[in-house]
Amino acid sequence: MQIQTGLDAGVEGALLKAEVRDLDFYYGAFHALKRVSMPIYDHKVTALIGPSGCGKSTLLRCFNRMHDLYPGNRYAGGGIVFHPDNTNLLAPDVDPIEVRMRISMVFQKPNPFPKSIYENVAYSLRVRGMRNKSELDDRVELALKGAALWNEVSNRLQELGANLSGGQQQRLCIARALASDPEIILFDEPTSALDPIATASIEELVTELKEKVTILIVTHNMQQAARISDFTAYMYLGEMVEFGVTDQIFIKPQKKATEDYITGRFG
Amino acid sequence: MLQATDLNAIRAIITRAKRWDLFFSILGVLSLMVGVLTFTVLFVDMAIQGVPRLTLDFFTSFPSRRAANAGILSAWVGTVLVMLVTALSAVPLGVAAGVYLEEYAPKNWMTDIIEINISNLAGIPSIVYGLLALGLFVYYFGFGQSILSAGLTLALLILPVIIVATRESIRAIPQSIHEGSYACGATTWQTVSDHILPYSSAGILTGVIIGMARAIGETAPIITIGALTFIAFLPNAPFAGDPPAGLFDWILAPFTVMPIQMFNWTSRPEAEFQINAAAAGFVLVFMTLAMNGLAIYLRYQLRKNIKW
Repeated sequence: MQIQTGLDAGVEGALLKAEVRDLDFYYGAFHALKRVSMPIYDHKVTALIGPSGCGKSTLLRCFNRMHDLYPGNRYAGGGIVFHPDNTNLLAPDVDPIEVRMRISMVFQKPNPFPKSIYENVAYSLRVRGMRNKSELDDRVELALKGAALWNEVSNRLQELGANLSGGQQQRLCIARALASDPEIILFDEPTSALDPIATASIEELVTELKEKVTILIVTHNMQQAARISDFTAYMYLGEMVEFGVTDQIFIKPQKKATEDYITGRFG
Repeated sequence: MLQATDLNAIRAIITRAKRWDLFFSILGVLSLMVGVLTFTVLFVDMAIQGVPRLTLDFFTSFPSRRAANAGILSAWVGTVLVMLVTALSAVPLGVAAGVYLEEYAPKNWMTDIIEINISNLAGIPSIVYGLLALGLFVYYFGFGQSILSAGLTLALLILPVIIVATRESIRAIPQSIHEGSYACGATTWQTVSDHILPYSSAGILTGVIIGMARAIGETAPIITIGALTFIAFLPNAPFAGDPPAGLFDWILAPFTVMPIQMFNWTSRPEAEFQINAAAAGFVLVFMTLAMNGLAIYLRYQLRKNIKW
């Protein structure tokens, strides 16, 4: 897609990590994404905003092929090109498992497995065939530190993940997503089930994480998008209305529709 | 003043409406009692008649023409061995089928037809399974009137119960756990073996034991395949006897089971045999209740560590 003027300042020095190109997606007969295009910049936080049902979560779930789990879902044209290897993540010959090994995800509601804290994080490593105990220990510790959870759980790694508080559970899920060194982490409204304090800690974490990984986040909360993202995409009714540097989108949106949504006149 | 009147009117309405609560709770208790009391009366009656007969000899003696000497050795050994064959064949088949239908099967009309058929299988009279088994296991496969034939017949009978229990316990796992596993990059098999089976094992186990508790009392299909009603020997234990028996020789041995032994005794005219039948019935009910108790205990143990 054509990158809009006013974007250059923010894009300077940022490399493309992925590009959504003219993506069409259907749930059965419902046309959920309509020729959506947008860039994802490396080591940046990109936020997807828009009213409920606008397709932002649908777009997010294309990135790790979650839609493949359910019958009737169809990628109907275009794709998501992953850089630097130029793989189209949605190509039929690309294994969804390969895609999920490169792009991990944090869900709306914390969903730790009913296993120990340690096993929750180690699981992403185990599916990648890691068996060496000391290597697993190191990587689990690193991931828990990366998710700012290590200090709280280091002396109770064998307890159930479900015994943690909601905010801690979500950070555990972030540690799980982080453990395997993914190239992108997808966040699907990660704070919508959390209280304000837990939300603040997750937001802080997300901004720290972009040193290590590219982040794509769906959020209902516009202040959140403004606080933590470098780029923002506004979607409406399955279409990409506007994409730009976050400051520009929030201060000086190019489109009337974006301005209406952001100022609360609509949505 | 007006308000006070209104309050009285409201209270009257509530009192009237609450009568239905009272009426329904009485109706509910009565309905409950029909089942519970009937079973209690039957069980107590059987216990009063049969319990004095429950000596060690009763468990270690073969049936006899004289009621006082008759025991249930061949019957309970037969029941245990048949149940063993049933469990070992029905559990892997039923769980595998359930997992396949939930996790692997494409959602199309073929799968729909299979699903409808499984529900129907659960409603087929057990004697029909007996006829099928007579033709298939006893004659076609040549297993004869053996423990193997009986075990496989009962396995067919409880297979739908296990499949349905497996599917329901899998469906009880939240979608978010399921997606979480796939999002980590797990394959379907990794998701099944690392998450689906461990988290659903409590429910599956309950289904298995309920199925087994049904199978233990089944008489019709076992009679149909030709179980003996009077049997005064045990199947060869592995490596026992001369020449030594093979590890699985017992599986092709003729046998009898508890309900058949009971049926045999109740059809005798002598009163002493009725007491034997009551004692055997008590043992059979005890076995079933023990299995249900085990199911409750194991479910509790397995669920302790599972919280969503």
